[in-house]
Amino acid sequence: MISPQQVEEMIKVAMPDAQVQVQDLTGGGDHYQVVVVSSQFEGKGRVQQHQLVYGSLNQAMSSEAIHALALKTYTPQAWQAASQVV
Amino acid sequence: MTPELKERFDNLVQQNKILVFMKGNKLMPQCGFSNNVVQILNTLGVPFETVDVLADSEIRQGIKEYSNWPTIPQVYINGQFVGGSDILIEMYQSGELQQMVEVALAS
Repeated sequence: MISPQQVEEMIKVAMPDAQVQVQDLTGGGDHYQVVVVSSQFEGKGRVQQHQLVYGSLNQAMSSEAIHALALKTYTPQAWQAASQVV
Repeated sequence: MTPELKERFDNLVQQNKILVFMKGNKLMPQCGFSNNVVQILNTLGVPFETVDVLADSEIRQGIKEYSNWPTIPQVYINGQFVGGSDILIEMYQSGELQQMVEVALAS
């Protein structure tokens, strides 16, 4: 089990500029939904963007401390565009 | 990863135009994320094959390393890793998935 703060910190170690929203879907500390906005995603495909985030959480994922992770990644520009729609 | 296992994965993803590594099978997905992917592909009405990772621990661990992707399900189209459930949903909603699948099936 991992706290939402720990998830955010692990992602920010790998991507210091990232804005991170973490939602614990079940309250159990192992099913998370995470939104990450970072300039490091620029020029990368979705698979590579997600691999960056997974990489930062590698230990927690491979030990299955995090059982499920729903992930959305945005560049700052894409995030701005998406927020305007909403 | 052993060369034999890598070759097994190479063959699987090359021999099936649309292949899903998932928990359970099409009729009985054993995980909500795997179920999402099956439902999307069923909605598109395209032929696809599945591999049940729960039935083979070598595949279950190996596919994570093979794709450099820590979660199941994993979708391959035309031998290329496309993503997991989140990416499939996004691509379905944007219409990219339909396009990619049509191209793959026509090739």
